[in-house]
Amino acid sequence: MIPCLRYIVALGMALAVLGASSPGFAQADPSAHRKNDGWTAAELAVLASLRLSELPATPDDPSNAWADSPAAAELGRQLFFDKRLSRNQAVACASCHDPARQFQDDKPVGEGMGIGSRRSMPIVAAGYSPWLFWDGRKDSLWSQALGPLEDALEHGGNRLRYVRLMQSHYRQDYVDVFGPMPDLGHLPGDAGPLGTPAEQAAWQCMDSATRDAVSRVFANVGKVIAAYERTLHLESSRLDRYIDGGGTLTPQQLRGLRLFVGKGQCVSCHNGPLLTDQQFHNTGVPPRDALRPDAGRSLAVVKVREDEFNCLGRFSDAKPEQCQELRFLSEDEHMEGAFRTPSLRGVATRPPYMHAGQFKSLEDVVRHYVEAPRATVGRSELRSEHREGRTPIHLLAREQQDLVAFLQAL
Amino acid sequence: MRKALAIALLGSLPLAGCMTPPTTLDLSLDKLTEAQKYVVAIQPQAPLITINRLHSWEVKVSSPDGAPVLHAQIDVDGGMPQHGHGLPTRPRVTQELGDGRYLLEGMKFSMTGWWVIKLTVQTEQRGTDAVTFNKVIELPPRDKV
Repeated sequence: MIPCLRYIVALGMALAVLGASSPGFAQADPSAHRKNDGWTAAELAVLASLRLSELPATPDDPSNAWADSPAAAELGRQLFFDKRLSRNQAVACASCHDPARQFQDDKPVGEGMGIGSRRSMPIVAAGYSPWLFWDGRKDSLWSQALGPLEDALEHGGNRLRYVRLMQSHYRQDYVDVFGPMPDLGHLPGDAGPLGTPAEQAAWQCMDSATRDAVSRVFANVGKVIAAYERTLHLESSRLDRYIDGGGTLTPQQLRGLRLFVGKGQCVSCHNGPLLTDQQFHNTGVPPRDALRPDAGRSLAVVKVREDEFNCLGRFSDAKPEQCQELRFLSEDEHMEGAFRTPSLRGVATRPPYMHAGQFKSLEDVVRHYVEAPRATVGRSELRSEHREGRTPIHLLAREQQDLVAFLQAL
Repeated sequence: MRKALAIALLGSLPLAGCMTPPTTLDLSLDKLTEAQKYVVAIQPQAPLITINRLHSWEVKVSSPDGAPVLHAQIDVDGGMPQHGHGLPTRPRVTQELGDGRYLLEGMKFSMTGWWVIKLTVQTEQRGTDAVTFNKVIELPPRDKV
């Protein structure tokens, strides 16, 4: 215990020295009021790391040469809202990623052509994550955008039909961004590697050069949608304004924040300005369908490695050495039943929670972390067995309420 | 009694929201391997390790008498003992830099706290041996908090 105290004191002194010698610290200090709230120097360093102003620019995506092209983003915006990009002409990206609802749909699981098995994720700031979807089976925004288009339960379309749609309705916009489109005159109306048996058969009848040409236009659809998604940005929260010194938290929210960065251990995984470590964890969330529990990340590693639209694939614009995340992709044996840590920004207004909307309220979520049930699939990180020095999360009922109140400030 | 309790509570104060790393950790990054076949020193190439950012380390392998060990096969593993998960990436030694130095690429730490880095070193001359390093990842000190 003494070394721990010594550490806090030492860090505090280091910060004090740095602060004293820094003109930034002397000038700023609109944050002086926070010191009156009794934060330690170590806690203040954690708070500083959470504010939105710490967020760097969206990371470059070398696999998408059009990631920051305004023309691509404008075309992507139109496609994002276009319901013709679906088998039944009724499902757009925006159907499940509604801008009026933080680009999600308030439903436990996605509903497109059919009913999905996981919750629609908000997409603002998604470009900060090296892995997309709850299980991270995609390694870029553009590759992610392609998945639902060919998923029978989501948009349900097929690759050739999408390319025909681009030719019919977006030809000039496409040509302006990417150059000429392939000639599709001799091809059938529908074909794709993931469509109906007839569509798959038609796809197999096409020669590989033609399949590649069609797939390239399809990949470019993903790249413009990604360019649009990269233009979406978060707004500052009540917490940001408190940390930056221009706002306040209620006394209950302050207590909740103390728990968030303290014994609630929330900040272990919900760290940084996006309040997520962008990693995968099994926290023993009960499966939506107990008969068919979802294995999460463990099944996604092979998918992303073999994905023709990954960073190392022929439709990527990256050099192999730029695909660092894929090159050093982990096969951690603990990933069974693990799902990606979601950002907590805006969390209070988008129930239900978890990867399949298992919990209706934040109260349920917080209670889950305290109860820490045994996992149905794999092993829960929240449980103390097999965890060296693991400290269980103990929160009284009143403290759980404080934490929920704090989550309203995000 | 009350004082003892207060001290105990202070001692259990979590640091930066994480579980406090054990206070007895050997934090040396320059160690003899378990069977004393090699001395391995590791060092991050960036001055500050940023959470969730890929970065590289340099690994130096010597014999116990200080001679550089060339052409070693080095495997990397690790994780967070208190969380029960491994490394978020699968780092690899990608280059031999000469003089017993090796480039370890693809390292990433996704949260603050106690991490272990396990290296297994193998050469024809000296055989296989392993070493485990402890690394506590902290938030960088800030000049403005």
